[in-house]
Amino acid sequence: MAATTTSRSRSSTALTPRVYRARRMLGKVLWYVVLTALGILFALPFFWMLSSSLKVEADIWIYPPKWFPDPVLWENYPKALELMNFPRLLFNTLFLVIVGTFGIVLSSSWVVYGFSRFRFKGRDALFVVLISTLMLPSQVTLVPLYIMYKELGWLNTYLPLLVPAYFGSAFYIFLLRQFFLTIPTELDDAAKIDGCGYIGIWWRILLPLCKPALVTVIVFSVIFGWNDFLWPLIVLNDAQLFNLSLGLATFRGLYNTQWGYLMAASVVVLLPCLVLYFVAQRFIVEGIALTGLKG
Amino acid sequence: MDADLARAQPGVATKRQSKMERREALWGWFFIAPWLIGFVVFTLWPVLASLALSFTDYELITAPKWIGPKNFVDLFTRDRRFLLSLYNTVYYVAFSVPLSILTAFILSLLLNVRLRGMNVYRTVFYLPAITSGVAVSLLWIWLFNPQFGLINYLLRSVGLPAPGWLNDAAWAKPAFILMSLWSVGGTTVIFLAGLQGVPRSLYEACEIDGANTWQRFWNITVPMLTPVIFFNLILGIIASFQVFTQAYVMTQGGPQDATLFYVLYLFRQGFAQLRMGYAAAMAWILFVIILVLTLIQFRLANRWVYYEGDLLKR
Repeated sequence: MAATTTSRSRSSTALTPRVYRARRMLGKVLWYVVLTALGILFALPFFWMLSSSLKVEADIWIYPPKWFPDPVLWENYPKALELMNFPRLLFNTLFLVIVGTFGIVLSSSWVVYGFSRFRFKGRDALFVVLISTLMLPSQVTLVPLYIMYKELGWLNTYLPLLVPAYFGSAFYIFLLRQFFLTIPTELDDAAKIDGCGYIGIWWRILLPLCKPALVTVIVFSVIFGWNDFLWPLIVLNDAQLFNLSLGLATFRGLYNTQWGYLMAASVVVLLPCLVLYFVAQRFIVEGIALTGLKG
Repeated sequence: MDADLARAQPGVATKRQSKMERREALWGWFFIAPWLIGFVVFTLWPVLASLALSFTDYELITAPKWIGPKNFVDLFTRDRRFLLSLYNTVYYVAFSVPLSILTAFILSLLLNVRLRGMNVYRTVFYLPAITSGVAVSLLWIWLFNPQFGLINYLLRSVGLPAPGWLNDAAWAKPAFILMSLWSVGGTTVIFLAGLQGVPRSLYEACEIDGANTWQRFWNITVPMLTPVIFFNLILGIIASFQVFTQAYVMTQGGPQDATLFYVLYLFRQGFAQLRMGYAAAMAWILFVIILVLTLIQFRLANRWVYYEGDLLKR
């Protein structure tokens, strides 16, 4: 104890306050310089995408590249959107994302209620099974599911992309459970005494209390749905049914070298995700921390 | 509530208790039923079916024909491209995963200070992570353009050689690895949460003992974060083995099959050539590889993962 106090006082007397402050200041500045340099590096691709999307054809194939478009050409946007059949693709994507997310929220919160509030034999073992499906590479189920959808006549429809969402998704069940466990059971009990049934408790007590976690689920589900590619690629043939990801990939095949168009289309496809991120940033970060740490 | 009461007084209400318990159990099953049905229909059955299919020759038009382990034998002895796709994928995983973890760790350390504006930086580093998919793949094709791309412009301007990236078989895989480092935001956030979970008191105790910043980093930060590193390693390996969209959009496996990754080849066998049995065999091999790697990691974990800190305790 005596030794620790002396070493402590030694270190604080070694630096005069002024030197100490100057050192701290320098450290701060250095920290900002490094962070800013890295930040610019990370933001540069986005900037480049935006800049390219506003360039005239001649300014794209130029070396050294121009940082800023001059003249600024807005026409890439309407042209690209028209060529890729954007309104239709947007409608399809929104439909898929909304109907899918609705199913995921409803079913996952329903299932998680069963896992976190009821005692029954085999519950914990089943939850371990659920967790382990998170590690299963989805390719293992790809071929049989494709055959099953084909037999059911579901190919070239949205059913394979939407129906599974209504059976609870392991990732979201896991995420919600981490949150559910923090809600005291007294509230359930109080509701039960007041004559509320289990379904009522789920709907009137747990869902409202879980709002922040549900928002996290919604945000993740929307972002994943928005970027979904492999299953739509396998299941959908009709270009009228494509989502934005598929449409953009097809567009690339047709306008291979028209980088002004391609970047404009990419900006438009990315934009909703970016906006959603800015609006719901807190929930995303919390969700990652929640699922990432307490596994 | 009732069940709790009953349990607290054994013998008094054993009959009532078991009835209550049965009721509770029934409701529990009722609520997890959707997942259970979904698990059987969309996971368990397909996993087993694909194992069965992997021993057949099945091209969708005719009925599956049992051929024993021929698919597996062919894959490992005759299919050079299969082995190549496996090599490409292992190469990608072996570089992408450790480098991503390192990058994310460094970023999280930089972000874990109380300075103004940290939120802005956090946003910038995280943003690429939510924008995976086709649009980002297109962007990177353009960034990697050997003549007019931004990356080579930057390299040339600091006097470095400018490789052909996606056009050059030797540089295509490194290009994918570089691209993967851009989207480490999710991992960074997990690290950041881990860093914020390290108890202050540990650092203070260390400081009192006279440890400098470097020692504190190696003796406290790193050990306390080993569970997070472990977690990211497991998930990173599983995810990286399944790299697909980027390769499908950016290179279609070229040049000279340099980016023919495992799942891309599986997709082609199954859904372009309709060799369902063959694709199922590939899927199962991938499954076993991932499973074995995961188990090995769990085995090795107790040698380096520090579990005392209750970061991963449930």
